[in-house]
Amino acid sequence: MAYTFDFSSILDYTPVLVKGVGVTVELIGFGAVFGVALGTLCAWVRTQGPVWLRYPVSAYVEVIRNTPFLIQLFFIFFGLPSIGVSLSEMQAAILAMVVNLGAYSTEIIRAGIEATPRGQIEAGLSLAMTRVEVFRYVILKPAFQRIWPALSSQIVIVMLGSAVCSQIAAEDLTFAANFIQGRNFRAFEVYFVVTGIYLVLVLLLRQLLRTTGWAIFPKRAAR
Amino acid sequence: MTAFTTWDILRNLLLAARWTILLSLAAFIGGGVVGMLVLMMRTSRSGFLRGLSGGYIELFQGTPLLMQLFLAFFGLALLGINVPSWLAAGIALTLWSSAFLAEIWRGCVESLPKGQWEASASLAMRYTEQMRYVILPQALQVAIAPTVGFSVQVVKGTALTSIIGFVELSKAGTIITNATFQPFTVYGFVALIYFALCWPLSKSSQLLERKLNAAHRHH
Amino acid sequence: MPLIAITDVRKRFGANEVLKGIDLDIEPGEVIAVIGKSGSGKSTLLRCVNGLEMIDGGSIMVAGAQLLPDDLHLRALRMKVGMIFQQFNLFPHLTAGRNVMLSPMVVKKTPKGEAEVIARKMLERVGLAAKFDAYPDQLSGGQQQRVAIARALAMAPIALLCDEITSALDPELVNEVLTVVGELASEGMTLMMVTHEMRFAREVCDRVVFMHQGRVHEIGPPEQVFSAPKTPELQQFLGAA
Repeated sequence: MAYTFDFSSILDYTPVLVKGVGVTVELIGFGAVFGVALGTLCAWVRTQGPVWLRYPVSAYVEVIRNTPFLIQLFFIFFGLPSIGVSLSEMQAAILAMVVNLGAYSTEIIRAGIEATPRGQIEAGLSLAMTRVEVFRYVILKPAFQRIWPALSSQIVIVMLGSAVCSQIAAEDLTFAANFIQGRNFRAFEVYFVVTGIYLVLVLLLRQLLRTTGWAIFPKRAAR
Repeated sequence: MTAFTTWDILRNLLLAARWTILLSLAAFIGGGVVGMLVLMMRTSRSGFLRGLSGGYIELFQGTPLLMQLFLAFFGLALLGINVPSWLAAGIALTLWSSAFLAEIWRGCVESLPKGQWEASASLAMRYTEQMRYVILPQALQVAIAPTVGFSVQVVKGTALTSIIGFVELSKAGTIITNATFQPFTVYGFVALIYFALCWPLSKSSQLLERKLNAAHRHH
Repeated sequence: MPLIAITDVRKRFGANEVLKGIDLDIEPGEVIAVIGKSGSGKSTLLRCVNGLEMIDGGSIMVAGAQLLPDDLHLRALRMKVGMIFQQFNLFPHLTAGRNVMLSPMVVKKTPKGEAEVIARKMLERVGLAAKFDAYPDQLSGGQQQRVAIARALAMAPIALLCDEITSALDPELVNEVLTVVGELASEGMTLMMVTHEMRFAREVCDRVVFMHQGRVHEIGPPEQVFSAPKTPELQQFLGAA
């Protein structure tokens, strides 16, 4: 059977696609900001924080990194209600993304912190700064500069992973794709186009992260 | 309605986990073979081959795995090719893995000091001979830890194949949840089983990396 | 009363006893040079005085206050005693000016405007007023070390510990740093310097401490120590230095 491609049928559903892109951006926006914040906090705990907090944080990191995002999402959305925590699709999706990115960024940021040359810390201490002040003013920013590329990669990976949120009916770009192809029966064209949109989103996200890096970090060797 | 014991749940999940393991192995090994080919193209002297393989890698790394699975399954089906879910899953995961593995290995090759290339070239070796006798043996050492690390990603990636209908661990979890209405328990077990599969791989990767870093310092 | 009183200080790293009972009193305004071979314990001794290393025995008193290992005491100590490092350890993500301003603002809660005034004054003091907005990687080694001195001075310390502060510098840059230190000495700053610069020690220091295998082997004014070494170890060290 000869199959004729028909991409034009997608045009009618442009608003759906636009909404999908919006939701995806919303997911990664909140996910990235709160995920990195959580990761920084956990990285601090693992390097300088109270010892009794370190085991729970390590456990959290190991569990998230060794289980699929899909299962984490299902657990949060379907599993939590049975212990009384009921979340909407968007709330569950964002929470899952924050928890997921949080674990991965903990490790990445921790590596950056541990690569701080000892002399920097000693200089800070010698200037009578407390360990917390040394962490905040001397260690943190250069650590982020060191790991910015790795962290950016991880954020992109999590953005691509957000496609899975469609499975709990969060109306992201993938959900839009499934919606449209369910109506115009042009699965290949729809998925092809949406894949292309994801590619563009990735390029834009990478550029955004790169520019943010240039803006925040002076181009100084923070080795 | 029959009551399901916890053991019933666990047993069915463990049975389904066999397919997760099988698919992971297939994708990892297949991905390794294809990845090696892509690596050769990516590091070749031909700009065309480098560009082609570069685009391939960019495509698979820059789009969601879920989309790739959809394209493989629904897309091909509409083109008249009837693809069973396991085949679509296998192909998509293999190609996806190959892109990532090729990039990991390329990083390993490029991490070797230029002096290795220069020394072997000055001994009149051709490119293929340099790769075979000098570069790849050394790159292999460096590559073991991150490759084992990537195997964890493959196992986790198989979870997505449940969405196109392949009955592995995650799909079994969904089916059993729908039957037992115990999502907390079921998905909890599912997570546990994935953890049992992935954590040893993660730990091995970390141990290997530590050993290799120690080895490198003696150079 | 001595400003820094080091009494029977002992320090070990694992099985290795690096300081075997050091007694040393440093009076206010004194400039002490600590010399010796690598491994003699001189840097370790210095680092014990500002708490970067914890002593295993004996005691250290600074300005009448005992050096105790808890954070509160250490912080109070480090506000009085500054340190300059061999590797400068400037903060690369901050300009020279901000390097100097950071600790007064953070530790002493000095308001930003006031901290900036202090910073400019300190950089002027070391001859680098024009480099306020320069980043460390734009400065030469000698300039970086002088910024490090300004940074320590901004905390208004009563004493400075200098750990081989010219050893990492190219020879032609050593002088600019030593000039600043010499000026500080003549203004009455108490200095304890681990150094290889024998000529500087001879010219500027009040006393020279020769350390050997974790003990104070010889101590005295520079003319005595350099021109008339009593022990064979010091003679050998000076012959080789």
